[in-house]
Amino acid sequence: MAEIRIENLRKEFGAFSAVEDSSFVVRDGEFLALLGPSGCGKTTTLRMIAGLELPTSGKIFLGGEDVTFNRARERDIAFVFQLFALYPHMNVRKNIAFPLLAQGVAKAEIRARVEETAKLLQIDHILDRSVSGLAGGDRQRVALGRAIVRRPKCFLMDEPLGTLDAEFRDLMVRELRELHNRIHATTVYVTHDQLEAMAMADKIAVMNHGIIEQFGTPQEIYSRPATMYVADFIGSPPMNFLRFTAGLQKGARSVVVDGVDISVPEIHLDLEESELALGVRPEDISFSDVSPLRGAVFGSEYHGTNQIVAVEMGKGLVKARVPADQNFRIGETVGLELNYDRLSLFDCKSGRAVPSSRYAEHHHG
Amino acid sequence: MSSVNAAHSVVEPSRTSKRIAATIVIAYAVITMIPLVWIVLTSFKSPPDSISYPPKIVFQPTLEGYCNLFTTRTRQTPEYITSLGAPTSTCDEITRSRNMVIAGPSNYWPRFQNSLVIAFGSTFLAVSLGTLAAYGFSRFKVPLAEDLLFFILSTRMMPPIAVAIPIYLMYRQLGLSDTALGMILLYTAVNVSLAVWLLKGFIDEIPREYEEAAMIDGYTRMQAFFKVVLPQATTGIAATAIFCLIFAWNEYAFAVLLTSGAAQTAPPFIPTIIGEGGQDWPAVAAGTTIFVVPILVFTILLRKQLLRGITFGAVRK
Repeated sequence: MAEIRIENLRKEFGAFSAVEDSSFVVRDGEFLALLGPSGCGKTTTLRMIAGLELPTSGKIFLGGEDVTFNRARERDIAFVFQLFALYPHMNVRKNIAFPLLAQGVAKAEIRARVEETAKLLQIDHILDRSVSGLAGGDRQRVALGRAIVRRPKCFLMDEPLGTLDAEFRDLMVRELRELHNRIHATTVYVTHDQLEAMAMADKIAVMNHGIIEQFGTPQEIYSRPATMYVADFIGSPPMNFLRFTAGLQKGARSVVVDGVDISVPEIHLDLEESELALGVRPEDISFSDVSPLRGAVFGSEYHGTNQIVAVEMGKGLVKARVPADQNFRIGETVGLELNYDRLSLFDCKSGRAVPSSRYAEHHHG
Repeated sequence: MSSVNAAHSVVEPSRTSKRIAATIVIAYAVITMIPLVWIVLTSFKSPPDSISYPPKIVFQPTLEGYCNLFTTRTRQTPEYITSLGAPTSTCDEITRSRNMVIAGPSNYWPRFQNSLVIAFGSTFLAVSLGTLAAYGFSRFKVPLAEDLLFFILSTRMMPPIAVAIPIYLMYRQLGLSDTALGMILLYTAVNVSLAVWLLKGFIDEIPREYEEAAMIDGYTRMQAFFKVVLPQATTGIAATAIFCLIFAWNEYAFAVLLTSGAAQTAPPFIPTIIGEGGQDWPAVAAGTTIFVVPILVFTILLRKQLLRGITFGAVRK
């Protein structure tokens, strides 16, 4: 297993820039999720690490070795494709053995390692079956088996759960994470599904338009989003933005939104008069009759353990996650209480979070 | 399969329309078969039966046509023939009954062998080159790929006879006239355009993830091509091979112009049989019947691939 280090990686396809100046480190044994919408450059980044695309500029290190221009077969990595890419003319056993054959491993050892891998993935009973008749989950396991069997420096996975149905995805998410806990393989996992990323990854890199918006643990990314894009992309429903225009001084502890004074974590920067947004997660909003921040109930979605209540604030809807047993009438005026030490402040022009006591260590791409 | 059909036709065809369709198909098949049946029947007729009018459907079958096809014969006096002793074979007997003796083998078998060598040789070359070229066009950014592909296809648009004279002159200069190598090269050149186009369609359908997976698994691109792409392209390769083989096997215009002896193929040879000792239609028919057999066998063996080759692109997996 090895560390993956990416330095100032860029990839251009003609005039289109797919990945712009990305740098990050995946530590030995770490599980990184590259998360973003389609076309954000996450798959391109993964393919460059794999050696399936050459970067326009920048460097890639695997275990300290510069592999930027090495061929895929010289990198000692394993790749799990979205559609698995199981060789249809070979059975399960041959598929898993295929990378070992390339390395010239002795027949008896191939047999032993294939069987050991199959046992680990609980597919030892289908080793002699044709891959074309397999169900989605088994195909997935065979693809993983082919990756694991060679004990590579790292695993690269390109939306491997993308084609599975929802029920099966949950199961595979758990299996993948358990597998990672057992073999501690450095893994880069591409997905557009924030739940998958949150559930499995040690670190998440949120990408958009070829830029890494934020690199951090799932907790950091969720509770301290570095940009408005990340705040909006992560969470369901996403973070609410209360927009206002103000100038702020370093050390300020409150902002004025629509004439209402709201306490915020201490601001660490002087800000000229500009458009700002107060970011608040739905679960950090509660209803309080005495709160001066008021709006009219627009509607609610019942989610069993809780409900999402949308409140019209004049400038747009704010969604609050509140206990399911509270009852609201549509049109009813309610007061909103914000959990002040969970608030984020963004500069709307740059989209970046304003440094505050909550954002002491500021991660961004 | 039923779900696939359902996607194309909303209503199951009625029995009447099925019957009409079946009638048309059977009628067409019968009409198409008539020449073949006529040729096979004629090959087993005696020369007088073969030219009788109205044509005989019921007749005494004989191998005379086949004997005449494979032998050259000389006319002898009955006294000489009776002095020869017992006939050594069926053909010997038939020939003597016509007051002739077998002088030696005819050129049919060497010509047939030429056809085999040239048709299969050029098919192998065209399909090999075509597969590699199609893979290149399918997977790499080839400069001017569109123009090159059109250029390759355009060589097929020209009637072969239009270039026959220049090629004849060129071949005479190069010493390729009437050589098997010359014919193989020529048929390869004609077929490679078809091969590239057909195979590009097939290879485009093979996801490139397979090779990428193989390359990550530690193989070179060439190894990935042979171990992963080729096995999946076999259907396409078989279909393409049949099309190439049919062309090379049946080709007449170039063969009649560029071959005369050593490398002559069966198609220009068969009509010459007719001149040897009267109008020997049964021998011509026998030559044609034998000539049809290899293609017939191949087509039957590979009919599934052939059908897929015709409808490729329309069917997904």
